[in-house]
Amino acid sequence: MEANTRKPGRLPAAFLTPGSSSFMDFLSEHQPEMLPGKRQLPPTQGVLEAPHGTTIVAATFPGGVVLAGDRRATMGNVIAQRDIEKVFPADEYSAVGIAGTAGLAVEMVKLFQLELEHFEKVEGATLSLEGKANRLSTMIRSNLGMAMQGLAVVPLFAGFDVDRAKGRIFSYDVTGGRSEEHGFAATGSGSVFARGAMKKLYRDDLTEEQATTLVVQALYDAADDDSATGGPDVARRIYPIVTVISEEGFRRLAEAETSEIARSILARRLEQPDGPRAALL
Amino acid sequence: MSTPFYVSPQQAMADRAEYARKGIARGRSLVVLQYADGIVFVGENPSRALHKFSEIYDRIGFAAAGKYNEYENLRIGGVRYADLRGYTYDRDDVTARGLANVYAQTLGTIFSSNAEKPYEVELVVAEVGTTPDGDQIYRLPHDGSIVDEHGSVAVGGNAEQISTYLDQRHQDGMTLAEALKLAVQALSRDTNGSEREIPAERLEVAVLDRTRPQQRKFKRIVGRQLERLLGEGGSAGEPGDGADPDAEAGSDSGSGSADE
Repeated sequence: MEANTRKPGRLPAAFLTPGSSSFMDFLSEHQPEMLPGKRQLPPTQGVLEAPHGTTIVAATFPGGVVLAGDRRATMGNVIAQRDIEKVFPADEYSAVGIAGTAGLAVEMVKLFQLELEHFEKVEGATLSLEGKANRLSTMIRSNLGMAMQGLAVVPLFAGFDVDRAKGRIFSYDVTGGRSEEHGFAATGSGSVFARGAMKKLYRDDLTEEQATTLVVQALYDAADDDSATGGPDVARRIYPIVTVISEEGFRRLAEAETSEIARSILARRLEQPDGPRAALL
Repeated sequence: MSTPFYVSPQQAMADRAEYARKGIARGRSLVVLQYADGIVFVGENPSRALHKFSEIYDRIGFAAAGKYNEYENLRIGGVRYADLRGYTYDRDDVTARGLANVYAQTLGTIFSSNAEKPYEVELVVAEVGTTPDGDQIYRLPHDGSIVDEHGSVAVGGNAEQISTYLDQRHQDGMTLAEALKLAVQALSRDTNGSEREIPAERLEVAVLDRTRPQQRKFKRIVGRQLERLLGEGGSAGEPGDGADPDAEAGSDSGSGSADE
């Protein structure tokens, strides 16, 4: 059926048919070719070169959760973009950070945001945090065909669970497998190093300020050891994107705030390149 | 075989229009008003869950009088239309004018096709601009015509009387509390001219507030905030006098965002 978005005319029957509250379900019936997962791919030789986003980290604190990402996108050994944004609000109480093929990931986030908003408008109520996490799982699963060709998208989903009054983190694998993480989590090429840093620094009684510092420390360590992760770029004034989700909703830290955190960490690292030390016992 | 009776097209259309109008008149009327910071929707609705007003998209709101299942269907169609359009192009490409055209085509086709019964609904599609000049309000009667409205509009059974009342009293640059007060006064007048009291819990109120920092400007006004605004509207001076409305508008938006 021809989409009715291009010319004014009567709403097609599909628009007025009672059905699911999901935008993706509507799209897959009405205009399946618009869904990223339904695209037909030609067979390719080897891995397709496309910009990749790298490291996303998250940590919970009493009263909320922090989600942050570095700013680098790489294509092979080339830095494709220095100021890419990889952390987005999903709705009022949740955010998603993406690692993997940048183009697909950004498209997936756009569709995910719309999916949550559409449900909210149609039903007059928001999805539960669990429901949102499952929805994202479905979307990654539908991308499996492209993931097999090297175009994988691996997000990290964090949100404030209004019913349980706490921050929660969900991580995903390329097949859409979802697992809830406790305390902290990381995804992307620098995640191994970021996770190591957080493991030593994380406590479950951090304040919001400490949690935001923690994730920037972790990103610094990831950039230190992973060439695909970008550290704070003081010369170009490009700093990590740090977001906080609490009872008050989603908040992205202003550049002044992130630059201050990044600069204080840099100043400390000039004296102590390996960063803060954890106690041996 | 008997010959079918001849019914003139004029008569057929008049019958259908009367049928639709009667259906709409069974429900309560509602009003949509411009105020300094946006557009306010006010209606009498005893239900907390079945809404007459809702969000269609960032700056676009929807109000409907008449048969619930029919306008709910149109509302969801509108949400799908807007979301698909925003997804295909950009969020800025979703406009109230476009949506009103689609609704008008839909209602018009249904009204003039003999296969379907006409919809017993009357809609309002409103879009809040960055300034009051950018506000757009479209009224869509059951037959698919579009009326571009300014200032205030009423739809439903008693709409004509309420519109006249509003036209005489509505002014540009009213505060939210003043506009709300005027709307409630207009709604509480019965056809025979007598007034009755509409308690706050029977009112459904929503706004498209251009001062909201979020991209989505639609917000329901409920509970304490609604009662406070109704109280303020009562004690406010003459609408549109001097600096007072600005001061109040400032306090409205401040407390509005604190409530979220």
